[in-house]
Amino acid sequence: MFYRESGDFKTSYLQDQQIFPILQDRVFVAVVIAFAFLVVPFLINDYWEKSVLLPVLIWSLAAIGLNILTGYCGQVSLGTGGFMAVGAYASYKFTTAFPELNLFIVVLLSGGVTAMVGILFGLPSLRIKGFYLAVATLASQFFLVWLFNKVPWFYNYSASGQINAPERLIAGIAITGPNAPPWATYLFCLIFVVVFALVAKNLTRGRFGRSWMAIRDMDIAAEIIGVAPLKAKLSAFCISSFYIGIAGALFFLVYLGAVEPTEAFGIDKSFLVLFMIIIGGLGSILGSFIGAAFMFLMPVLIKNILVNGVGWSPDIVAHLILMIVGGLIMFFLIVEPHGLAQLWRVAKEKLRLWPFPH
Amino acid sequence: MKFTKLLASLALSMSVVGVAYSDLVIPSLDYRTGPYAPNGIHFADGYADYFTLLNERDGGIGGVPIRFLPCETAYNTEKGVECYESTKGEGSLVYQPLSTGITYQLIPKATADGIPIHSMGYGRTSAANGRVFSHVFNYPGTYWDAASIIVKHILDQEGGDLNGKTIALVYHNSAYGKEPIRTLEKLSEKHGYTLTLIAVDHPGQEQKSQWLQIRRERPDYVMMWGWGVMNQVAIQEASNIRFPMENFIGVWWSASENDVIPIGQGAHGYKAIAMHGVGDDYPIYDDMRKYVLDAGKAAGDGSNLGKILYNRGLYAAMLASEAIRTAQALSGVADISSEQMRDGMEALSIDEARLAELGLPDFGPPIQVTCENHGGPGLGAIQQWDANTQSWSLITDFTGADREVVDALIAEDSAAFAAENNITPRDC
Repeated sequence: MFYRESGDFKTSYLQDQQIFPILQDRVFVAVVIAFAFLVVPFLINDYWEKSVLLPVLIWSLAAIGLNILTGYCGQVSLGTGGFMAVGAYASYKFTTAFPELNLFIVVLLSGGVTAMVGILFGLPSLRIKGFYLAVATLASQFFLVWLFNKVPWFYNYSASGQINAPERLIAGIAITGPNAPPWATYLFCLIFVVVFALVAKNLTRGRFGRSWMAIRDMDIAAEIIGVAPLKAKLSAFCISSFYIGIAGALFFLVYLGAVEPTEAFGIDKSFLVLFMIIIGGLGSILGSFIGAAFMFLMPVLIKNILVNGVGWSPDIVAHLILMIVGGLIMFFLIVEPHGLAQLWRVAKEKLRLWPFPH
Repeated sequence: MKFTKLLASLALSMSVVGVAYSDLVIPSLDYRTGPYAPNGIHFADGYADYFTLLNERDGGIGGVPIRFLPCETAYNTEKGVECYESTKGEGSLVYQPLSTGITYQLIPKATADGIPIHSMGYGRTSAANGRVFSHVFNYPGTYWDAASIIVKHILDQEGGDLNGKTIALVYHNSAYGKEPIRTLEKLSEKHGYTLTLIAVDHPGQEQKSQWLQIRRERPDYVMMWGWGVMNQVAIQEASNIRFPMENFIGVWWSASENDVIPIGQGAHGYKAIAMHGVGDDYPIYDDMRKYVLDAGKAAGDGSNLGKILYNRGLYAAMLASEAIRTAQALSGVADISSEQMRDGMEALSIDEARLAELGLPDFGPPIQVTCENHGGPGLGAIQQWDANTQSWSLITDFTGADREVVDALIAEDSAAFAAENNITPRDC
């Protein structure tokens, strides 16, 4: 009754093209963003920062990146973990080589380096498709992790092969290192996520997004109507890797602070992000957020309920979590194969007609 | 976004339980799942059972009961961080991460939060320098001590000359496995052996190519820095290529029953370094059976008593409880804080008489922690597996490491850490 387009008149092209055509959506998103920027920083504590908000923000960014490549452009990739490692190691090299460099620039540069690497590993996509491409990107996953383990230059010749984020300040406030206040690290990540989520949303609505989707739906037809596969595929690899690189840099610098490649960026991370976008919804920016939250928070939530709430022993719960999360994934895939974002889409359709469906 | 918030708010409402009252909080970042569970379970059981024993027999430490907080990490760094963040607010006294990766993760965080870490014989070796690492302890010994003691044992076997000999290091390709490399390189310069490095990637279930290399290159000795399933696989592969087991020596984390039992006769003669005694022939196990096992309060099924890693967990818990006692005596408060706990760990002193009093006579070497030296005595013995009797036995006495080499490396690495993190070393 209240949630509908009618009465919300568009009188200019600008209004007609806005991201959220319905007033309520615009208000809701504005309130959420305002809440995230203005209220959460005052409520946040260490637990919320390190165990809930930072990982969800960072995984969302990685999921958006993979969604651009897999969801929008249809190129399956299993190299996400490796590309995150590129972002992390690039940010480590930048920030240790140029300690004065602003962290924002460090993170953006790391994204840039990852984009280059992404283009390189995207080249086979011009020749191979589907499962074969997945295997090619799988090779990149193993190659990159091996590289960062093997070549001491990447970890500045440290004895243990670990990389540690040194303390870096922005305007006198620590963003990395143990003394960083939770609100600062949270806002730092939030800025990246909000800005780049908006950029991604607009990219997918524009010429680039349309060429990606054309390639995804049928590459031969797309080529015939004038979409250049080289440009479309490589731009998808480039932009996707840029996002994943930024996520990797934030994951290392702000969230963990110390990583070793095999454990932090292993193949399981590639699968995790892939599951996030499948569960959340392929080809949906909202779905990337929902998927990341579902896959990351569900185990934490179950653990908190069963261990702290019910008082079961943590090892039984750890095994139960595997079963419950696995079961939930299957449940959602059977009930809603297009992901959780589709549920929201259907709910919106129903709301528009409510209370008088045909 | 909406869904996120809903989940997050649910998570918060669930995480805020438990009210602070007078107790000593001991978190345990253990793992009973994942590829490292076979070893993690024994340690976790020993660690938990000792505190249960203290609660049941003595009513806690100094009259204050112990509240034990287990948290499952699955040896995973991110879960370890979640465990740390969710338990530190409860008034945790000391963290025992049982993972070098999580230890590296927690060193700066815990130091900033003022909570001590006891990375017992693992973690960052240079944390032995208490001037730089104020809140990190790794007594009773470090990886570098272990590497040096193993080389010493090889020297003894070879009559003091290693020129022209080859030693291969099979290591877990992570911060943990890479730790001893620098020490072994320095020692190879000193003693003239050739060092071959052979990495095994996590989790280490596939080692065919590594052992093919060993078979081809025929090193005189093989050392192992392994953990979890990697240990069993390596010993199995060594037995498959008929590598002489008495020349295969593991670190103290590659030295438990479940690493050798699956291999059967093939593992006979396998050696490892030990930081404490073996078996359950200690008076404390009578109390353990009476108060914990028979009362049905054991953390596991009770079949692990006296196993190497159970003893290690028990040893870790004993060292923690003795540090609590020391802290209580120092501060005059029974319900100590984490900073007082740190002071207690730094003043920890356990001699042979005290060990006997605790029901663990001759279990390990005496320990004396000081402000400069957080690495303890750094002593180790060599233990050997007998597949016929299915038991470990110590075949040497506890000996010290080559302090000249190890101390120089510790000074160098901790200085690098101090410079990197703008730490001014404390005065001791």
